[in-house]
Amino acid sequence: MRFGADEPLMMDSGVALAPWQIAYQTYGTLNADKSNAVLICHALTGDQHVANDNPVTGKPGWWLTMVGPGRPVDTNRYFVICANVIGGCMGTTGPASINPATGEPYALDFPVVTIRDMVRAQAALIDKLGIESLFCVVGGSMGGMQVLQWAVSYPTRVFSALPIAAAARHSAQNIAFHEVGRQAVMADPNWRGGRYLTEGTRPSKGLAVARMGAHITYLSEMALHRKFGRNFQDRSAPTFSFDADFQIESYLRYQGISFVERFDANSYLYVTRAMDYFDIAAEHGGSLAKAFKGSATRFCVISFTSDWLFPTSDSRAIVHALNAAAASVGFVEVESDKGHDAFLLEEPEMFAAARGFIDAAARVRGIA
Amino acid sequence: MNLPATLPLTDSETGHRLDFLLVADMVEPGARVLDIGCGDGSLLAILRDRRQVDGRGIEISREGVSACLAKGLPVIQGDADTDLADYPDDAFDYVILSQTIQATRQPKVVLEHLLRIGRRAIVSFPNFGHWRVRFDLGFRGRMPMTENLPYSWYDTPNIHFCTIRDFVELCREVGAQMEKAVALNAGGQPMRVTLPWWVWNLLGDQGVFLLKRR
Repeated sequence: MRFGADEPLMMDSGVALAPWQIAYQTYGTLNADKSNAVLICHALTGDQHVANDNPVTGKPGWWLTMVGPGRPVDTNRYFVICANVIGGCMGTTGPASINPATGEPYALDFPVVTIRDMVRAQAALIDKLGIESLFCVVGGSMGGMQVLQWAVSYPTRVFSALPIAAAARHSAQNIAFHEVGRQAVMADPNWRGGRYLTEGTRPSKGLAVARMGAHITYLSEMALHRKFGRNFQDRSAPTFSFDADFQIESYLRYQGISFVERFDANSYLYVTRAMDYFDIAAEHGGSLAKAFKGSATRFCVISFTSDWLFPTSDSRAIVHALNAAAASVGFVEVESDKGHDAFLLEEPEMFAAARGFIDAAARVRGIA
Repeated sequence: MNLPATLPLTDSETGHRLDFLLVADMVEPGARVLDIGCGDGSLLAILRDRRQVDGRGIEISREGVSACLAKGLPVIQGDADTDLADYPDDAFDYVILSQTIQATRQPKVVLEHLLRIGRRAIVSFPNFGHWRVRFDLGFRGRMPMTENLPYSWYDTPNIHFCTIRDFVELCREVGAQMEKAVALNAGGQPMRVTLPWWVWNLLGDQGVFLLKRR
């Protein structure tokens, strides 16, 4: 969806971004009274290809377990929308897009993005699609942050909200991890002050290191131990070198290398920054409860026992605030040893809770 | 699904638990209600469908929370012993603790929270003063096991049993005013209010109390 010079995106940084565009996918059919629209919000390195093969990687959609025919977000019943975030690199305007003022990629001239900007961009898309109110907004991790921001920014347009493995603010520890990742990108000489696209280089080493570091935070010690232990990679003894002796090293290197093929380094800087700046309470006099005051949205919050990046305490803080605001909220902590990534994986308890919540909300909304 | 802490009788027509129907009758229509230890949400569903209440729940088991979510009930996973402190004063018209107080670590603290969070509290519990319980302990010399209390002493979730008289004494201690007190007999029927306390304490299978802060 393209927005012209007369339809700028008003960003938190004060910049009016125009022209701009947002790339999205839809699944299922919008019903006659437009009451069955579900918005899926993707995480840091996700994209709009939630339930179809990814055209860049050729891999299946990233949330086929949750979204599809007969899944908790049932595409036979609901009209499902998923859009690439502003600042992303999968078709929505971001730092790799051409700056009309210079005819070159924006690079660091792109305005810093916030979670609220992402949600504003999605709201503009929803407007264009002629949808007044969303039946449900669903997302995990950074997607869950967007879900919360939707409920705060547009309370009357969100009938139900399902934030998974999320937080109402990014923790100091998480900002620290992001900063390490960004410094790795910027330390790569091929980054060229962000102008690598113009200069024909790619900061692949730096971005791969950033991804390797981040990937560890998405897992748990138990998951790493179960999957890799101290096992050697294609060898029976250490080589007394800095080769990838251990399976875990080989796995992380692979994660790093495959990531740089699909993700833009500057986008990584911008989107991680958006998460760092996220703090809903700060925008409401330090009170999270105030942010949700008077909300008629039905909430369901889900966390995972082994998630140390977005721990259950973060989810409980959301639940307490919603309770204090007298909002309707359900909460379940799913037992899993898979860490933060659990929300993307086969977790029957999560599906059961999500399905129960969404089905019940659909009954109240009168969706067939 | 785990067994509930107690196994009370159900109404043969509706399948609803008799003590739930009694509790539901104590709640004003349209009230804001918090059900602590709400299990699979049966009582909340009755309250929503029959009394049009705005109901919320806290439940410790994941299976229970999932069952509640599937009924469209806003229930959060939590623990009565640790999570009640987070609720503001007078947040609800009624706070219900049904067949749960005997399974908490600190019944007195929990009861004090109930009276703080709700304008009224409704507490139901198995009466450990019932004659069958006394018989098991007094004559058989064994820890009591009844239809209502099916657990062995070593695997029971019920760690703080009390009799109806004990509970009345606790209410006095925490400054709770009893607006209604009902004992249900083994058949799940309310006993005549004209009977003296010692009869209730001997023949009452469960106690159900409607309390108010003094």
